[in-house]
Amino acid sequence: MKAIEFKNVSFSYGSGTFALKNIDFAVEEGEFVAVLGHNGSGKSTLARLSNGLLEADGGEVCVFGLPVSERKNLFEIRKNVGIVFQNPDNQMVASIVEDDIAFGAENIGVPREEIGERISFALGAVGMEEYRHATPTRLSGGQKQRIAIAGVLAIRPKVMILDESTAMLDPRGRREVMQVVSRLNKEEGMTVVLITHFMEEALMADRAVVMNRGAIVMEGAPAEIFERHEELETYNLALPRIGYICNRLREGGMAVEDTLDVNKLAEEIAQCVSKRNI
Amino acid sequence: MLKDVTFGQYYPVQSFVHRMDPRLKIVFLIAFIAAIFLAKNFYGLAACAFVFLLALAFSGVPVRKVLRSVKGILFILLFTTILNALFYNGETVYWSWWIIRITKEGLIFTAFLLVRLFLLVMCSSLLTYTTTPVALTDGIESLLTPLKWIRFPVHELALIMSIALRFIPILMDETERIMNAQKARGADFETGGLAKRVRAIVPILIPLLLSAFRCADELGDAMEARCYMGSKNRTKYKKLRFGWRDLIGFLLIAALVTGVVLMGIYLGAVI
Repeated sequence: MKAIEFKNVSFSYGSGTFALKNIDFAVEEGEFVAVLGHNGSGKSTLARLSNGLLEADGGEVCVFGLPVSERKNLFEIRKNVGIVFQNPDNQMVASIVEDDIAFGAENIGVPREEIGERISFALGAVGMEEYRHATPTRLSGGQKQRIAIAGVLAIRPKVMILDESTAMLDPRGRREVMQVVSRLNKEEGMTVVLITHFMEEALMADRAVVMNRGAIVMEGAPAEIFERHEELETYNLALPRIGYICNRLREGGMAVEDTLDVNKLAEEIAQCVSKRNI
Repeated sequence: MLKDVTFGQYYPVQSFVHRMDPRLKIVFLIAFIAAIFLAKNFYGLAACAFVFLLALAFSGVPVRKVLRSVKGILFILLFTTILNALFYNGETVYWSWWIIRITKEGLIFTAFLLVRLFLLVMCSSLLTYTTTPVALTDGIESLLTPLKWIRFPVHELALIMSIALRFIPILMDETERIMNAQKARGADFETGGLAKRVRAIVPILIPLLLSAFRCADELGDAMEARCYMGSKNRTKYKKLRFGWRDLIGFLLIAALVTGVVLMGIYLGAVI
């Protein structure tokens, strides 16, 4: 079943230019989709349209078949589609981790005993059990963002959208968050839409979509897209250096797989070299 | 500099005082403040101080944390102390010059005032140290529940308060960042006359306001995305329950208030 479906959707913030123009886009249940794009490409607008924070000017957005444009569906849709935003500080309501995670569950009317279980589950899923009674201000960026993910998980959505959720984090925090997200997708079957401008994060996805000026310009498996790096550059997206190395090696006839792990690449090169008996 | 304002900062340990019911803690604070002002002699004040020290000892909050809360009102304290000590209209004059009169009554009154203010501020900050802002607003919400009958938006008010508390440290950090940014560009906040200093605040205030609005906007989106639709059909994770600690607290406070009143009657008033 299609978790999220955009049919010919357009949206404008009212300044005359379109933030999104005639977008057709769908996410299957259980899929991990990366949406790549430079600043202002319309990728965050995509997230906000998916759960009715914004309403499309034209076309239709459906979540599990329910049109977002109907107000009576909004509650049901938001229960199914959780969004983790960019700034970890500006999405926490409470000053204690467990109270913040409880917020969403309280909103959808979960009975009190069950909220406790959901908090434990959500904290476990992001590996932050020991921070249940901590204050968010004392946590690192990556930890805060994992708490934000837990806050969304407590609602038990089927889809999680990460709207540039790693943009404000240091490399370590980014890695923490990406591990959690990848695990949620693989083990819990969570549908994930990862909006980012970090190319390396897209590698974990089943499918990548590249946006530019409000339109979808490329679509396919991440490895496929990375191969078309000249085209990516025209959309102001640059491969990480190691991606270039992979590409150049392949061009030179060495069958290495796309990876951003230096050690893995070294191993692959070693294998290729030994196979050829150089 | 801005880090010194610790009001509204929770000190996360699990202590006797932490585990008391927030509703009662608020009521106790009010009762305690009443006791401070009902105290008519030093015995009464000493009883108040004793109860405060007892609460402090069982709160697990470091003494320096609580003392730091007084720093914020140090200027006011100093100001009132000097004014009262110099100008109080007493009878037993120790020393006088021009309009200044240092009297026995004046000094007693000043000492009283000082102890009262100290206890008042420290006890209030003890409440916020031992009670999470959420528990505090839950307590206030619960205490205000009767107002729902006249359609007063109690839940919304409580939420606004807890969010305000949550964003105080964030906006403080933001202020510091903006100040540093302006300083790096040569802004001067420390020298010059009043007019100049006030003018120097404007370039802090405007970005701060902008950033506060951005925070509010983003938080609003995040809350909506997490299914917030107001108080309708909402459940509450934390249910407030009275326990044995609350009973002990209640007995202690009740004893304090009666004790202070009785001491005022039988041991004579010095003020």
